[in-house]
Amino acid sequence: MIRSEVLKSLIPVITDQLVVCNIGLPSQELHQLDDQPSNFYMLGTMGLASSIGLGLALAQPQPVIAIDGDGSILTNFGTLPTIANNVADNFILLIIDNGSYGSTGDQPTYAGGKTSLSAVASACGCERVIECQAEQAAATLQAALDANEMTVIVCKCESGNITVPVIEMDPVVIRDRFMNEVRTRNS
Amino acid sequence: MSINAKIVTDLVTNNVSFVTTVPCKQLAGVIDGIEQCEQIFHIPSNKEDEGMGLCAGAYMGGKRAAIIMQNTAIGVTINTLATLIQYYHIPLPMLISYRGEIGEPVACQVEMAVHTKALLAQLNIPTYHFHQADDIAEFDGILKYCFMSKKPVAILTDASFWKGA
Repeated sequence: MIRSEVLKSLIPVITDQLVVCNIGLPSQELHQLDDQPSNFYMLGTMGLASSIGLGLALAQPQPVIAIDGDGSILTNFGTLPTIANNVADNFILLIIDNGSYGSTGDQPTYAGGKTSLSAVASACGCERVIECQAEQAAATLQAALDANEMTVIVCKCESGNITVPVIEMDPVVIRDRFMNEVRTRNS
Repeated sequence: MSINAKIVTDLVTNNVSFVTTVPCKQLAGVIDGIEQCEQIFHIPSNKEDEGMGLCAGAYMGGKRAAIIMQNTAIGVTINTLATLIQYYHIPLPMLISYRGEIGEPVACQVEMAVHTKALLAQLNIPTYHFHQADDIAEFDGILKYCFMSKKPVAILTDASFWKGA
């Protein structure tokens, strides 16, 4: 399975959840599959999906799923100690690890080489770290939601992309409708 | 009231309840004050762009957030300021220690000091420079302006300002 197929398999699990989605193709794929106000699409700023997700989870009680990639985690490695040391049990970091920089042409990442992101997350102090294969992504994510405990999931999948249109929605519209959704869920 | 106490009080008065920090020697006292303040959730960042991501998330979760960092961080965060904070219209007060000004003992700090205001101006970020201890009186108004305008706002605090603290 490639990332777009993993995302498709996740839709039944994430469709009712607050989702912060990584820049580039992951956001474009999620937008095409299941656009809705509970999705926050990153249009720029590689690496910060996990940080935005953690900030959101710490600020309010609804569950938050940050969908990130191996390349973006490598870009912002400092996020893992911050996540480990500021436990938010309503936060799930799902790293879709295809071992490549998918949005830029599938150049290999070090996560596809010797570096294990799940081992790094554990070494950083994250207590609930689960590595799974693509086929188990939906079940693993649902179990993490049910556990109500901060979880880092590293989902290994194949490299490869489908053709998807860019997101033309205005960033302020994305942010405003997302904030309204967060506010409604907390009222 | 000390400058550090005034900063913390103004943050609380303006409902800023989520603050991320990357340390600087000049900021040690205010970071300690933030850590001690029960109304503020303090989350140290490993890098300033990470901190801005945390603040953006907290803002979307309904909290007013702020970042405290050194001016060298402007070099680290230009992309984040442009493509996250400004692009999505997220208010972000940035309390910045302005190293490399008069009184600076470390020569290398001057190298980013000479670029700091030019970079902020290039980004069209409203910028205030606190040089005298009395300048802190403006902090409350700057915070209100920041959240009204939904923009990042820079408050540069130099060694002379902190010397008068």
